[in-house]
Amino acid sequence: MNLGNLSVGLSTYLLVGAMLFCLGLYGVFAKRNIIAILMSLELMLNAVNINFVAFNRFLWNQKIDIHYILTGNVAALFVIVVAAAEIAVGLALVITIYRNRQSTNVDEFNWLKW
Amino acid sequence: MGTIVFFIFAILAIAAASGVVTSRNIVHSAFYLALSFSGVAVLYVLMNADFLAAVQLLVYTGAVSIMVVFAVMLTLRGEVSDSNPENRKWGWGAFISVLLFAVIALVVLTNSDWRVLPSAWTSGGSAEDMSLLLLSQFMIPFEAAAVLLTVALAGAVILAKGVKENQ
Repeated sequence: MNLGNLSVGLSTYLLVGAMLFCLGLYGVFAKRNIIAILMSLELMLNAVNINFVAFNRFLWNQKIDIHYILTGNVAALFVIVVAAAEIAVGLALVITIYRNRQSTNVDEFNWLKW
Repeated sequence: MGTIVFFIFAILAIAAASGVVTSRNIVHSAFYLALSFSGVAVLYVLMNADFLAAVQLLVYTGAVSIMVVFAVMLTLRGEVSDSNPENRKWGWGAFISVLLFAVIALVVLTNSDWRVLPSAWTSGGSAEDMSLLLLSQFMIPFEAAAVLLTVALAGAVILAKGVKENQ
């Protein structure tokens, strides 16, 4: 089989995105360290970005709309902006909580529970 | 050629992502995260999104990963080789993740609208094209993103620095 002739289509990119998203979801569910959970969250946002760019690359049709050519890329750019803001605030929160509790284990963050 | 590059870097990104969620050492997780982000940047290049690939490398690999490493170093205590444990219900998490992946894969593989191969790409994904769109069609979200970044910066500084008690 000649791999060079085998073109990669939209569904392959979507499967890669789905794989990354599910790995991130598993990390959010299974991890105990809050920084690991934030990392998994970043993986999920990244997977969504792959989907945005892939749909923009493969499904944009020049005959239908000429104006909205890079809309998917712009959406991915905004996702990156929000992810950067989220990780900055999230890590600041982690450091504050660590200063009060001496712990990064989410199982111990239960002082809103009664 | 593109196919081989795609599979190398897609597998790299996925393997690094699984390293993030399975590694017992959280410092290794943080480095795997940077590797995964870099693999995704190559996928952006293959999808003709040059500017986004550069932004991915700058913001994710350069800034987010380093910030995560800083937070890890500031909050590490105890044995580093067991700093990233799973909780008791990780089996349910794995089950739900696999189930979700199966559903998504089923939808993707059975949808014939999405079985498209790349057509020739004439118009770019460069900074010039993106900036034209950002400053005309998406001007309000662009400004809102600027405000969001400023607020997040100030909020992160205030949160990390803490407020003085006796004032």
